[in-house]
Amino acid sequence: MVREFSKEALKELEGIINQFPNAKSSLMMVMRFAEKEFGYIDAETCQYIASLLNLSPAYVYGNLNFYFHFNREFHGKYRIMVCCTLMCHMKGAGDIVSYLEKKLGIKVGERTHDGKFSLEKVECLGACHKSPMMQINDKDYYDLTNDKIDEILDKLE
Amino acid sequence: MFEPYLTKDWTKENSHRIDFYLKQGGYKDAIDKLFKMNPSEVTELVMASGLRGRGGAGFSTGLKWNFVPKNTDKPVYLAVNADESEPGTFKDRYIIENTPHLLIEGIIITAYAINCNTAFIYIRGEFHEGYKKLEKAIQEAKDKGYLGNKIFGKDKKLDIVLIRGAGAYICGEETALLSSIEGSRGNPKLKPPFPAVEGLFSCPTIINNVETIANLPFILTRGVDWFKSMGTEKSPGGKLFCLSGHINNPGVYELELGTPIMDIINNYGDGVWRNKKFKAIIPGGISAPVIPFEECKDLKMDFESVAAKGSMLGSGAITVLDQDMDMLSVSRNIIKFFHHESCGQCTPCREGMGWLDKILKRIDKGNGRMQDLNLIEEICHNMLGRTICVLADAGALPILGILKHYRHELEAKIKDSNK
Repeated sequence: MVREFSKEALKELEGIINQFPNAKSSLMMVMRFAEKEFGYIDAETCQYIASLLNLSPAYVYGNLNFYFHFNREFHGKYRIMVCCTLMCHMKGAGDIVSYLEKKLGIKVGERTHDGKFSLEKVECLGACHKSPMMQINDKDYYDLTNDKIDEILDKLE
Repeated sequence: MFEPYLTKDWTKENSHRIDFYLKQGGYKDAIDKLFKMNPSEVTELVMASGLRGRGGAGFSTGLKWNFVPKNTDKPVYLAVNADESEPGTFKDRYIIENTPHLLIEGIIITAYAINCNTAFIYIRGEFHEGYKKLEKAIQEAKDKGYLGNKIFGKDKKLDIVLIRGAGAYICGEETALLSSIEGSRGNPKLKPPFPAVEGLFSCPTIINNVETIANLPFILTRGVDWFKSMGTEKSPGGKLFCLSGHINNPGVYELELGTPIMDIINNYGDGVWRNKKFKAIIPGGISAPVIPFEECKDLKMDFESVAAKGSMLGSGAITVLDQDMDMLSVSRNIIKFFHHESCGQCTPCREGMGWLDKILKRIDKGNGRMQDLNLIEEICHNMLGRTICVLADAGALPILGILKHYRHELEAKIKDSNK
């Protein structure tokens, strides 16, 4: 099933594109708009966006693969991103990842069977003074311990 | 006595709202002074202040503005670098979350000085709260007529366009940032031409860091003499230092440039954690070579002093390592980061980082050979200066730094495995 923007969404999209000097430079924000409307971006979405902006589908797909932060079809309802760069690494980020793998029964890069959680190791999220930490969707969680992780995940519906 | 100015309102309720900022005198004194000068006078003022970029490179802000051609019929753009991704750095996000209007006022000053009518703020995708606060703040400023067609009722147009990044460290590099704004993958571009002459859409473009811009309203209201009364002659002003790692009190500390590192570690950071001994610091973020504790005794945190130790002040990040920190583990983590974040354009970086990653992993897993350390050095030297941007240098120099000061640790690991 091809996903398309509603009439209202297309209007909003026009407003976004008009901020930019040309259609191509609106691409990052158009992809974010698609991410919000559809929940995630996949190859088909790239084809659709390309048709709206008069770009090649391969070009848009190239962007999708370069920028890891866009939500993809293989991510979970809750995307758990654990920072593993040096400053968190030296405060035990590795143990946090191991605990999450054990607790969720998946490995980094995978998604739970029910599609609820996916797990990723990511680079510095700019909260090194509250390490180790993780971001789940659009929220940050700091000073992690195993108990805190239990508490956080239990609260997510 | 140094009085913090960038962080003075960070703990106050609703500090992000325009009515709060107006009560503090925002959008008044600095703007009045601004419109009494002509654009080149503003540039001269900033040059006289000696303000240096706070994003990492420390280049003279006023000098950079001066590179914009005076008689161009192309539009001049401003790109605000809010992509804060240098590991160890966490300051721009708080300027944005706590005082977005300080940033907006600074943008107005910059845009006036360089004759720019459209400013882009490129904020990293993971800063959700910052993005929402900026969106709101921009609307608040628009509603008051501080942004739009005739800002403050004057004959000056300024629009701010917000763009969200999406997880690429390289987009903090100025030309990659421009590529991303143009709708591309974050590929850096060759310099020259420099962005001030040919940047966004081939038009003159100034790229400035959030903290740099946040200094501007204060420089205008309080004056050049005030600014130069802080810091050192070559590094005037205050700086947001981001203290992290094996320290009791990690956090953001606004201090004068030139503050001694031992002062920062012991008096502000409250000392190395768990009563451990101090091994080294990594200043400036993960791209800066390590400085062992022996070199820290007399080290002052300003651009020239840190450079004299073979490292860089960079973003003002300071990561403290305790005596037990395994430098092989540090090396692996650093190279993994740069290998992951390499845009892939240049063979020496793309392949070189990959080889370094594999060699360090091999050493870690017990299959290291003594010649591997020379091999690592050879690879590093073949990356330096042979790429379009300095990401390769940012990865290679720290590794060379670790081999310079802690080669014995890696040798011990190799010897151990070969027993």
